[in-house]
Amino acid sequence: MSAAIAVFRRELRIALRRRAEWAQPLVFYGIVALLFPLGIAPESPALKVFAPAIVWVGALLAALLGVERLFRSDLDDGSLEQMLIAEVPLALLIAAKLAAQWLLTAAPLVLVSPLLGYGLGLDTGPVVILFWSLLLGTPTLVFTGGFAAALTVGAPRAGLMLPILVLPLMTPAVIFGGGAVRAAVAGLPPDAPLYFLGALLALSLTLLPMAAAGALRNAMG
Amino acid sequence: MWTWFHRLASPPTFYRFAERLAPWLLVPGLLLIGIAVWQGLFVAPADYQQGDAFRIIYVHVPAAALSLSIYTAMSVAGAIALIWRMKLAEVAVVTAAPIGASFTALALVTGMLWGKPTWGTYWDWDARLTSELVLLFLYLGVIGLHQAYADPRTAARACAWLALVGVVNVPIVHFSVQWWNSLHQGSTILSAEAIANPKMAPEMLKPLLMSMAGCYLFFGAVWLRRMQNGVLLRERRAKWVREMVLPALPADLPNARPPAGGPGTARRGDRA
Repeated sequence: MSAAIAVFRRELRIALRRRAEWAQPLVFYGIVALLFPLGIAPESPALKVFAPAIVWVGALLAALLGVERLFRSDLDDGSLEQMLIAEVPLALLIAAKLAAQWLLTAAPLVLVSPLLGYGLGLDTGPVVILFWSLLLGTPTLVFTGGFAAALTVGAPRAGLMLPILVLPLMTPAVIFGGGAVRAAVAGLPPDAPLYFLGALLALSLTLLPMAAAGALRNAMG
Repeated sequence: MWTWFHRLASPPTFYRFAERLAPWLLVPGLLLIGIAVWQGLFVAPADYQQGDAFRIIYVHVPAAALSLSIYTAMSVAGAIALIWRMKLAEVAVVTAAPIGASFTALALVTGMLWGKPTWGTYWDWDARLTSELVLLFLYLGVIGLHQAYADPRTAARACAWLALVGVVNVPIVHFSVQWWNSLHQGSTILSAEAIANPKMAPEMLKPLLMSMAGCYLFFGAVWLRRMQNGVLLRERRAKWVREMVLPALPADLPNARPPAGGPGTARRGDRA
């Protein structure tokens, strides 16, 4: 456990020293959300209809942004090998790493999302649901991305592969996340999609680190 | 039973076993598909609502069923490959993906062609259609990941992991028509209630079941053949492959000689 905490703190410390890097997804998220109204026509009522999709797809793309270099720098400086040969279960270390990744890249997005929701014309009820759906859904996105990054870390030609691998796996989270907000906008109870998001979260928190550990061991040979 | 299973895992034994089994799957499979197509197109009566448009069911439903079954089979093979490190299962994962992708594409295209006359649209962003499309992308992901690695074992095991994680989508496709109120109809034949009390006229149902069985057999044959190719490619340096392939090649072909041996060593009699 202490090893996992050490990995977690190491990630945070590295991120603190490279502030531009972890601010990137947030800025990216803001720009994506800003481009949609410009594309649709700012005063269009359609904006409100598209708001759940805009916020969720924006979060998805932002999560994708940081995933590619998740294991890359650790591979380059050799700390990945140290994690592989450590006595601590690799899955635990990966889970700590992904938790730090979530805190750095996805948690700010979750915090900013109410602002975007209001900006896109949602009412308070749907904005609250939007916040909860992102809080439940973004860890799933980050953990799925971590698994895909682990799959491709040993393949030099895999850079372009990553989004193709990740996006189909992330669709359930977008379906239920967007669905919860849509239900709230329509005045229906959003419980069912939120429970589905919770189920996906439980599955990805428990199983994906193990799958990522296996994939990483395989990719490193 | 178990010793037989273990022996089957060895590539030469599998190769010979598949060589014998594949025709027994292929011929009945093609026969069943042929009879089903004939019965479906000419014998079964037209539907009272859809007219003749419903006849595409004899292609669409088997293709859709196989698209899910092949993914499930691929992830089971993936689990076997990862748990028991069985080379044959790795080959099975990698070779199943293109077949599955083809059946998924077939299900999507026939579904679109069927949708136009009956729903009035080729495509609808409905849960089942969308999740079937996601399934196609999952297959393409497995195929692409396989190409990304140079080492075949690493590639196959990475594909096995992906297949295993991607299997979440299978229940989503299967139950999508029950969970969401979708444009796509629910399952007509594959539910406990429907088997006890068929919802389909027997003269329509019979060709459908034959077509399904035929497609499964056809898939089995194609899978075995592809696995044979995969095993040959992987084991191309092994002695049993050389001994099997080389006598069939013309002797003056430069590639026909094993890299280490001199001229003439390619003959079977010389190595015994």
